[in-house]
Amino acid sequence: MSSEVILKVENLGKQYRLGLVGTGTISHDINRWWSRVRGKDDPYLKVGETNVRSEKGDSQYVWAIKNINFEVKRGEVLGIIGKNGAGKSTLLKILSKVTSPTVGIVKTNGRIASLLEVGTGFHPEMTGRENIYLNGAILGMTKAEINDKIDEIIEFSGCLRYIDTPVKRYSSGMRVRLAFAVAAFLEPDILVVDEVLAVGDAEFQKKAIGKMQDISSSDGRTVLFVSHNMESMARLCERGILLNHGEIEFTGKINDVIDYYLSNNLEFRSTFTETDLDENCYVQRVSLKNSKGESTSNFRFNEDISVEFDIIKNEGVLDDFDLSFAVVNSSNVVILSSSFSDSNSFSIEEGETTFKAKINGNFLNKGDYKIRLFFYNNTKRQGVQRIDCLNFKINEIGFYNNAQVRRALIIPNLDWVKE
Amino acid sequence: MKTAEERWLYTISSKKRLIDFNFREIWRYRDLLFLFVKRDIITLYKQTILGPLWYLIQPLFTSLIFTLIFNNLADIPTGEGVPNFLFNLAGITAWNYFKECLVGTSDTFKKNENIFGKVYFPRVIMPMSVVVSNLLKFGIQLLVLSGFYLYYVFFSKVTYDIAPGLNILVFPLFVILMALLGLGLGMIVSSMTTKYRDLTFLIQFGVQLLMYGSAVMYPMSYFKDKLPNYYWLIEWNPIAIIVESFRVIILGDGHLDINKIIYAIIISCVIFLLGLVIFNKTEKSFIDTI
Repeated sequence: MSSEVILKVENLGKQYRLGLVGTGTISHDINRWWSRVRGKDDPYLKVGETNVRSEKGDSQYVWAIKNINFEVKRGEVLGIIGKNGAGKSTLLKILSKVTSPTVGIVKTNGRIASLLEVGTGFHPEMTGRENIYLNGAILGMTKAEINDKIDEIIEFSGCLRYIDTPVKRYSSGMRVRLAFAVAAFLEPDILVVDEVLAVGDAEFQKKAIGKMQDISSSDGRTVLFVSHNMESMARLCERGILLNHGEIEFTGKINDVIDYYLSNNLEFRSTFTETDLDENCYVQRVSLKNSKGESTSNFRFNEDISVEFDIIKNEGVLDDFDLSFAVVNSSNVVILSSSFSDSNSFSIEEGETTFKAKINGNFLNKGDYKIRLFFYNNTKRQGVQRIDCLNFKINEIGFYNNAQVRRALIIPNLDWVKE
Repeated sequence: MKTAEERWLYTISSKKRLIDFNFREIWRYRDLLFLFVKRDIITLYKQTILGPLWYLIQPLFTSLIFTLIFNNLADIPTGEGVPNFLFNLAGITAWNYFKECLVGTSDTFKKNENIFGKVYFPRVIMPMSVVVSNLLKFGIQLLVLSGFYLYYVFFSKVTYDIAPGLNILVFPLFVILMALLGLGLGMIVSSMTTKYRDLTFLIQFGVQLLMYGSAVMYPMSYFKDKLPNYYWLIEWNPIAIIVESFRVIILGDGHLDINKIIYAIIISCVIFLLGLVIFNKTEKSFIDTI
């Protein structure tokens, strides 16, 4: 039962026309119609390029998504990850039948309900209760189903006091609560959820994620989930798909997908070379590595960071060198500083030497950091400083169990003892 | 995976069948239709002082003006023993329902872009709900019409020769025809406007022009007498036939032309079906072009 495939996507693709839609479409329409009459393929389908947002292409047509193939089993929670413009929303729109694919097919064995936005169709003049009925019906519930659940919905939303007041008098947060409450009580076989949990306060987000977990684990429903919040992604999903430029780049267990995605996020540098100070003794490479020894610039909160320095010292160099580094946060506060001479036992040997410093996991709070490098010639009393030689990011995955991110620069795992 | 399991309940693909109409699905969403109707009715006159009275004011004043201009000033006869005002009110009541259905459904895609872009339900629910909520408006206007009717029959000093005959029984048929025609045309226009916005402007004054060709303020026979060369313009206009028949039924003046009515029924059904097909074809991909 649990291995039954409930959703199968085959060779799915969607093409969009760029630029001014509406100009010249009549001639394209006629051309298209003419080739269809002659039994040929659509002439504009061939010229498509893949969807690379930042590059300029030659063609007017692009593939927003292309060659998408995957299967989802009943009761599974599938996470869809990707950068802006990777095609996530297009995929969800096709799955929720808002738009149709250009090629390919989606086969399902269950009813799909989609939650691409909370509160679709809310009418400001109507009361909360009336809107629950309307929104519920838009999402595919019948009136009888809503009647059964109306009390639970109102309770879940926490808007009991205002339920007979027009929604236009609601705060935006209340509106979101009410809207999500309706969606939470949908009972489709497959639920498609776009980034909707990003709204609402922390308490409500927690409640909403909890509800989503219930939906999949206890009710055995299938959920397809899109979010940029890797924390909730890791908590909710079992399997993930990484979309890049409209194509599936990676698929597998959600943690592997997140790792792959974060480590391929090219905005961060994780290696660096410094030769300015001395041609005969220099830092050949500074790199950040995770516990598996992979060079990366994205770390989970609980992951150890290994800062590695490869230093080249040519023969005959007699000077004494010192190496130190500091970790600076995005507000330019120096969080820590460390030098290899702190542990007295080392010296730089001739040839290539690698020094590793370990920054423990469960220590730096989530955020963006820079590594500041100092390389100092003790003999000549000259030094060089590189203010942001590397940067890296700590994300909230692996945070302590009480999920609220704390306002502190460091969150060390102190020795707690009960006496 | 065994091939036996390769049976699927639903598929989503780009292939469009010409007639791809899922009546079961529409039936499942029937509650949504009535909730949309309820929304329209609740919210239309929120924060207005006169509220639903506006349903009455508009046809009454239009009829008054028509009586003044077309009957008193231009001397258009409205038939033996039929009060001018009642003649106009009947015509306008019928015409209004058709017009509201047409105009109300003609911007379905544009008006509901936000909802349609975020969630799926059978799109045709939307124009259908417009037709149903206009039915309520039509009912109220019909009540007003009946009020004046009774006044002319019982309280007027002049005796008028008006009485609905047995053919009042086919009255619902004409309401359905107006709805089908309005809905069908509206769906065609709304589908076309997703690509070619010009139609929005066309519909605005097109409807106005159409009213003059739809026997609203004159009997068709009078038109034939006065302008026989142009009679073909309105003779086979289905909405003119419907308005005229509607008036004949209510006022009991003149007779129903069965051939023309059958013609109107066929045209209405054809336009409605055509509208459904076009609408159905558009709903799959309009969100990319609108």
